[in-house]
Amino acid sequence: MNIDLTDTTSGQINTALVQARRASGSPAIGMVLTLVIVTDEGNHYDALKAAAEASKEHPSRILVVVRRPGRSPRDRAKARLDAEVRTGNGSGETVLLRLHGELAAHSYSVVLPLLLPDAPVVVWWPEDAPEHPSEDLLGTLAQRRITDAAQTEDPVASLRLRAETYAPGDTDLAWTRITGWRSVLAAALDQKQMKITAAQVEGEAYNPSTELLALWLAERLRVPVERIVSEGPGITAVRMETTDGQICLDRADGSLAELAVPGQPDRHVALQRRTTAELIAEELRRLDPDEAYEEAVRFGLSRLGAAVTASEPPAGGGPAGGATAMGDGTAAEGAAADGTSDGPGSDGGTAEPQAEPQPVATRKTTAAPEAKKKPTGRRSAK
Amino acid sequence: MSSAVNPLRDAQDRRLPRIAGPSGLVIFGVTGDLSRKKLMPAVYDLANRGLLPPGFSLVGFARRDWEHEDFAQVVHDAVREHARTPFREEVWQQLAQGMRFVSGVFDDDDAFRTLKATIEELDKSRGTGGNFAFYLSVPPKFFPTVVSQLKEHGLSDGQGDSWRRAVIEKPFGHDLKSAQDLNSVVHDVFRPSEVFRIDHYLGKETVQNILALRFANTMFEPLWNRSYVDHVQITMAEDIGIGGRAGYYDGIGSARDVIQNHLLQLLALTAMEEPVSFEAKPLVTEKMKVLNSVRLPEDLAAHTVRGQYAAGWQGGRKVLGYLDEDGIDPQSGTDTYAAIKLEIDNRRWAGVPFYLRTGKRLGRRVTEIAVVFQRAPHSPFGATDTQELGQNALVIRVQPDEGVTIRFGSKVPGTQMEIRDVTMDFAYGESFTESSPEAYERLILDVLLGDANLFPRHQEVERSWEILDPIEEHWERHGKPEQYPAGTWGPAAADEMLARDGRSWRRP
Repeated sequence: MNIDLTDTTSGQINTALVQARRASGSPAIGMVLTLVIVTDEGNHYDALKAAAEASKEHPSRILVVVRRPGRSPRDRAKARLDAEVRTGNGSGETVLLRLHGELAAHSYSVVLPLLLPDAPVVVWWPEDAPEHPSEDLLGTLAQRRITDAAQTEDPVASLRLRAETYAPGDTDLAWTRITGWRSVLAAALDQKQMKITAAQVEGEAYNPSTELLALWLAERLRVPVERIVSEGPGITAVRMETTDGQICLDRADGSLAELAVPGQPDRHVALQRRTTAELIAEELRRLDPDEAYEEAVRFGLSRLGAAVTASEPPAGGGPAGGATAMGDGTAAEGAAADGTSDGPGSDGGTAEPQAEPQPVATRKTTAAPEAKKKPTGRRSAK
Repeated sequence: MSSAVNPLRDAQDRRLPRIAGPSGLVIFGVTGDLSRKKLMPAVYDLANRGLLPPGFSLVGFARRDWEHEDFAQVVHDAVREHARTPFREEVWQQLAQGMRFVSGVFDDDDAFRTLKATIEELDKSRGTGGNFAFYLSVPPKFFPTVVSQLKEHGLSDGQGDSWRRAVIEKPFGHDLKSAQDLNSVVHDVFRPSEVFRIDHYLGKETVQNILALRFANTMFEPLWNRSYVDHVQITMAEDIGIGGRAGYYDGIGSARDVIQNHLLQLLALTAMEEPVSFEAKPLVTEKMKVLNSVRLPEDLAAHTVRGQYAAGWQGGRKVLGYLDEDGIDPQSGTDTYAAIKLEIDNRRWAGVPFYLRTGKRLGRRVTEIAVVFQRAPHSPFGATDTQELGQNALVIRVQPDEGVTIRFGSKVPGTQMEIRDVTMDFAYGESFTESSPEAYERLILDVLLGDANLFPRHQEVERSWEILDPIEEHWERHGKPEQYPAGTWGPAAADEMLARDGRSWRRP
């Protein structure tokens, strides 16, 4: 059932929720988390649709915060809360909150009373995520804060921002999108031990998942990883050079990939691009901090800046630009980044002696296997 | 697996699923119902969830004149009809390339030579690395032929560090003797640790949740003993009759079919002590300990009951009685209902009876474990106040509508003090995924990963027969099963059996 409330309060919304639950005859709450979606009028429909789909797997109370600060000074001076309570269609409950005028800046006060008692909170910004998700007032409520670098004007810059402001519990859908790739690559290395000397990741421009995959490989393997721009869709290939030959996972069409491993027959692997609903469902499966993401994205903080300078030698500033931007938490990595000239010794705990940290190199479509493809515009990583 | 040295694996990286290593699955009896309805869809669902290795291959073995493509078509149809997850062409493509069919009967040497060649070809073309699981989805009388053929053709031993595993389905014999014979036949060819016995109940999320409920929480375990528990009822009821299984079912009966494996496993999980860890070995150790402490009642006549469904109305439809079913001997003494009382002789459970019951054509399809607690030792309320108050209970609903119910008393609103039973409910479907993985998905994946903790070991199987055999022998010698109308909750004798102990069956 739907209950529309105009000029209302969180208290009245809570009453409406209980009422709706009673009316549907199931007063028990089986929901396992509260998902807060912060969005605007134009985007809330898609986000809500995906979240509702994901809530089939994770029954949740979905609070959609739509901010409408208003265009005229008169509108901005007003404050009004409108709510639409929807229950009974699928699992969980949905409340669409419209925050008008001055209230738009105080979503915290509206959301706090509506959280499920004692259950985890996840905040998702489908677009326009705050610079510091963990310091955002709504973000402070959450165990898990989901951003999406792919939905920004400059995906690579926002990845860098994510790395700078990372706090445990942050995650990004660009990272979620590569779980399939990562598991196939890991499975390929399960089968046979091979020493990897270099890697390449090839994907569309403005696709931060490609960068993240490159960063993850660089971080895990400690070898130079090159990022190549192709025409997509999404990520198109990963190649890892080994002493026995090349491991290649190639996905030209966005769904069926081909895996080639030296000494083994080529095989097909389904690697479809997933819907937002599936990504959100995966995100909600684990609510503890994602250390693997942290390591990958922060590895990028210290290397991405260096990467471009590496591929464009005369560009000036050297790695300093990237390094100075780091917070104190990343001091160790900073040292490692500077240590590229110091040789292997600086690489502290990592086991492999030959692997001094290497920059992630970025280059355009000029690589031999991709020679025919037209270079896509210059990426704006600085 | 070499995950320890794989630089892309990290214990902290919990998103990466456990993918089975390079491997293939050979299904004997691939044309059967189980294979079409459960195994093939489960394989597809696993692939769809990205849990199968690239190059995973599926080989069907049956007595049909099929080409590989015909087989692929059969799998395709089965997947379309029964798979849990949506059909995706690219997943299908990945799977279909690794499908092979070998035509033949089980004593046909040529067929096994072809099978061997097929496996070698797959190792080359798909990179299965010599790792194969043989799923024997065939009646147990064929087990000896199949396994000895596998041995003879050198299929039962992997080269180097590759593995060969055998997967067998129940029934694991029909008494202790036959179970031992079967085990020795299979173990003769496959090492005991490479034999996986499927009890699909153990693959169910709710059954695995028994362990989580008991050992991950603090609020239940302190009550989980003779000081608080009055008795335990474990029920597996089916609303269907024997359907097309007359040939198998007659002479076997419900106790051998269900109690020996499913219900005794549920009993073991409910009653066992906390294992040292959740590895296969410590789990078996604890389950064996509790099974070894199981004691049969002395008077089997008073504490066991069997029945046979008679014609009646089941859920609004008129149904035949067991003796009128197709292919059943009208004189048959086979039980379609069985209820037994067991005691567990250890410090935790001494004096707490475990009532196990199962039957066909009962009121509805349900499997549950009900732990019924003792009444409060003293009640400050008057007898009339608590007239409607029953015993507290914790019910683990295994299927359908998986979940946990807790029943306790609560004051009825109003001026009088009146206390009545209420329930607090946790439903899996409400709190977790809409479609949890099928038991077979989990079990097939575990076979490929070599994870044995959800599979009963041969000791457990043999011990379970030791428990059941005296009852079956007693039934053999005394009387006939009592008739009960289809669609009810079993014969009157079962109610009397509990009434003698001052208890009654829960209506599930």
